[in-house]
Amino acid sequence: MADLIKAVEAQDNENIPQLAAGDTVSVHVKIKEGDRERIQEFKGLVIRLRNSGNNASVTVRRMASNGIGVERTFLLRSPRVDKIVVERHGKVRRAQLYYMRSRTGKSARIKERFS
Amino acid sequence: MLKGLIGRKIGMTQIFDEKGVAYAVTLIEAGPCFVTQVRLPEKEGYSAVQLGYGESNPKRLTQGQVGHLKANELPPLRFLREFRAKDHGLKVGDKVSVSDAFAVGERVDVVGISKGKGFAGGVKRYHFHGMNATHGTSDRNRAPGSRGSGTTPGRVYKGARGAGHMGVDRVTAQNIKVVMVDPERNLIAINGAVPGGKGSLVMIKESRKQ
Repeated sequence: MADLIKAVEAQDNENIPQLAAGDTVSVHVKIKEGDRERIQEFKGLVIRLRNSGNNASVTVRRMASNGIGVERTFLLRSPRVDKIVVERHGKVRRAQLYYMRSRTGKSARIKERFS
Repeated sequence: MLKGLIGRKIGMTQIFDEKGVAYAVTLIEAGPCFVTQVRLPEKEGYSAVQLGYGESNPKRLTQGQVGHLKANELPPLRFLREFRAKDHGLKVGDKVSVSDAFAVGERVDVVGISKGKGFAGGVKRYHFHGMNATHGTSDRNRAPGSRGSGTTPGRVYKGARGAGHMGVDRVTAQNIKVVMVDPERNLIAINGAVPGGKGSLVMIKESRKQ
């Protein structure tokens, strides 16, 4: 029965690399305005990943102006997600970085992980 | 054409349409079903079609079922269900598959047997509110309270709601949308939830409330 579910689900998007919590990424989202399609970028920190077939998602957090945090959750297999570019790997010890919500300024920095 | 099929619930997932909208869907492996009997107003007093689904070992069927199917040279089918239909143009031995019966965008009713909950209290079974969590309440947070009146009538009326066995009922999920039909795999995807556990038998019918 699990095979039947898999057969129906969409394929993995080839333009999405392996992601990890703590990565700084830029998500390219297709946006339709009238009959014109353009691509919008959303750049921020990956604070949560969910792997579950078609339900797989990633939550990205970024600081907007005035120090207000903005989080967006993207479905990884949605046809609206064009591609994701990893700009920096972060060194973190947790799978979910919810603690970043209460941090601003200097304490909100994450060390880079080189591999 | 007959709008009805017997199937097996596979499970839930999420699928996307061409606009990128995600739908939470239940997948059902529906059919192919065989027409095992056609009921006629002249003979039985009403019109309906009896469908059969699920080939199995003939030893697992009763002799009555084996005889009924053999008379029409049909394979040993485990599940037989009746669907009310007029002007369906079907005859015994016809095969009905998903793409014959349903199309994307149609509204259907899905009948299944709900999951068993065992002996359940009033809060779970009838959404009673329960009692206060604080203000001195002890050990009675999920109690039902009073079930009836006082000295008159001096008893609880029959049928009063309370704790008891819950689930394993025939439940119909009404007027839900067909999101996808896959004739190759005999799959149909229906928007939202459907009664029953994974692998349980479901009947898909034309919606009564469109």
